[in-house]
Amino acid sequence: MALQDLCRSRDFLLDSKETFFGSFWGNMTSRSPLHSSADFFHFYTPTAKYLGQSPIEFGQVRDSGAAVLRTDPSCSLPTSVAVAATCSQSVPLPFPMSHGTTTLAFVFQGGVLAAADTRSSCAGLVECPSAQKVLPIHSHLVGTTSGTSADCALWKRILARELRLYQLRHGRRLSTAGAAKLLSHMLHPFKGTELCVAATLCGWDVGGGDGEERSNRSNGNSCGPSLYYVCSDGTRLQGALFSVGSGSPYAYSILDQGVRWGLTAEEATAVAREAVYRATHRDAYSGNNVDVYLVSSGGWARRRREDLKEEYYREKARRERQQEAAGTCVTAPE
Amino acid sequence: MEYLIGIQGPDFVLVAADNVAASSIIQMKHDYDKMFKLSEKILLLCVGEAGDTVQFAEYIQKNVQLYKMRNGYELSPSAAANFTRKNLAEYLRSRTPYHVNLLLAGYDDADGPSLFYMDYLSSLAKTPFAAHGYGAFLTLSILDRHYRPDLTREEAVDLLKMCIAELNRRFILNLPSFNVRVIDKEGIHDLEKISAGTKTDTN
Repeated sequence: MALQDLCRSRDFLLDSKETFFGSFWGNMTSRSPLHSSADFFHFYTPTAKYLGQSPIEFGQVRDSGAAVLRTDPSCSLPTSVAVAATCSQSVPLPFPMSHGTTTLAFVFQGGVLAAADTRSSCAGLVECPSAQKVLPIHSHLVGTTSGTSADCALWKRILARELRLYQLRHGRRLSTAGAAKLLSHMLHPFKGTELCVAATLCGWDVGGGDGEERSNRSNGNSCGPSLYYVCSDGTRLQGALFSVGSGSPYAYSILDQGVRWGLTAEEATAVAREAVYRATHRDAYSGNNVDVYLVSSGGWARRRREDLKEEYYREKARRERQQEAAGTCVTAPE
Repeated sequence: MEYLIGIQGPDFVLVAADNVAASSIIQMKHDYDKMFKLSEKILLLCVGEAGDTVQFAEYIQKNVQLYKMRNGYELSPSAAANFTRKNLAEYLRSRTPYHVNLLLAGYDDADGPSLFYMDYLSSLAKTPFAAHGYGAFLTLSILDRHYRPDLTREEAVDLLKMCIAELNRRFILNLPSFNVRVIDKEGIHDLEKISAGTKTDTN
């Protein structure tokens, strides 16, 4: 699709002059999946007719509109799932998917710190104890993923591809704001379906000095750390601190106490680790290990994956030592 | 959850919106701006479903700017409001309706200030004052009681503070701060943000 475009040396700007959403909706349902024109944003959305022709059993649409609402209480986006179920036809999924995770990211003077647990859960079981939820997209952009793991992995790869193509076509790297807008617009046609991606894009922008300003970016190129939250329900927020997932309330409360602009890299890592640890302690759908990435002016760097089980025992030992030192016989709640 | 309010005076329109961007029970952002500048003298305030607000508002914003580029002059507030309503109506009976509630406030050099109320069912009404959100239930009667067509700007800001004081007292959700802007013949002006600690007339 996009590669054909590159090989034929067509300027995608000319082809996408009709990029108002009106023309999107009109075209969306009539495209076949093999349509080969250089449509930058035209991703195929399954419609009822196509699914009716599919030989795969689970791809058929229920006509009652009854929702495939999962009773997963830890769903990170309960309101958006409810809306999705009521305003579009539901396609039954092959197996129940779950959205348990704890990811967080914040901006400080040393760059952007992103951290996540590594438990991938499915229907109440731990499907993978060592998943990777913080995915590098390019040398100065890292994305945390929450939602359906498969959707997140796929869309991160698509985003990486599109950012690389942008860089090749325009000779400069797209800013984090632009990448967030791109991802948000790519996900918009899937609003109302079961696709669930809630990502934070953490990047270091090397901006300033570029002559042409794209009209869809409200603020100019700014150099430095940048953090955006993008969700498949259409939300796109710029901020200094975000946490996403079923464990996010627990992480927020630790982060709100400890995050400041003036932290050093070690302090920031410690706060992020602590927040993920506390969230994994309380949230059943988060756990196992913690990954910490730091995006700074030199690119992203990853701390070695740490098993939080060890942290639990270390803290228990610390508490016991404190009690012995205090000389009381009251045991602290664990 | 979200709150918008607009008050029209004889030569200005005062608008305010809360600053919270929420995702289920969490406030993700405390300084989110819900006003979109359509042109030098028109503001669109937009609340509703998560992605629909920004997508729809930016679509309207870019189209209004395109009109100016193509024709050399800006759309009037009334024309912009009708254009917005028409788009809402077109999408209403499609597979993907936009669930957004809007206030459009503007100043026309010929017609003066105007405030338009639009909701997700694509209704449109030109009103002297309007509010959206659960907070509207609590504040519309205050506006009914105290509004006069010849309010000065200070009186309008006091009326706004009365409404926000009532929200802080009775509304179950915490809306800590509000963006406030005024549109008059000189354009759009930012006023001081009203936060929970701001002194208001009523206690």
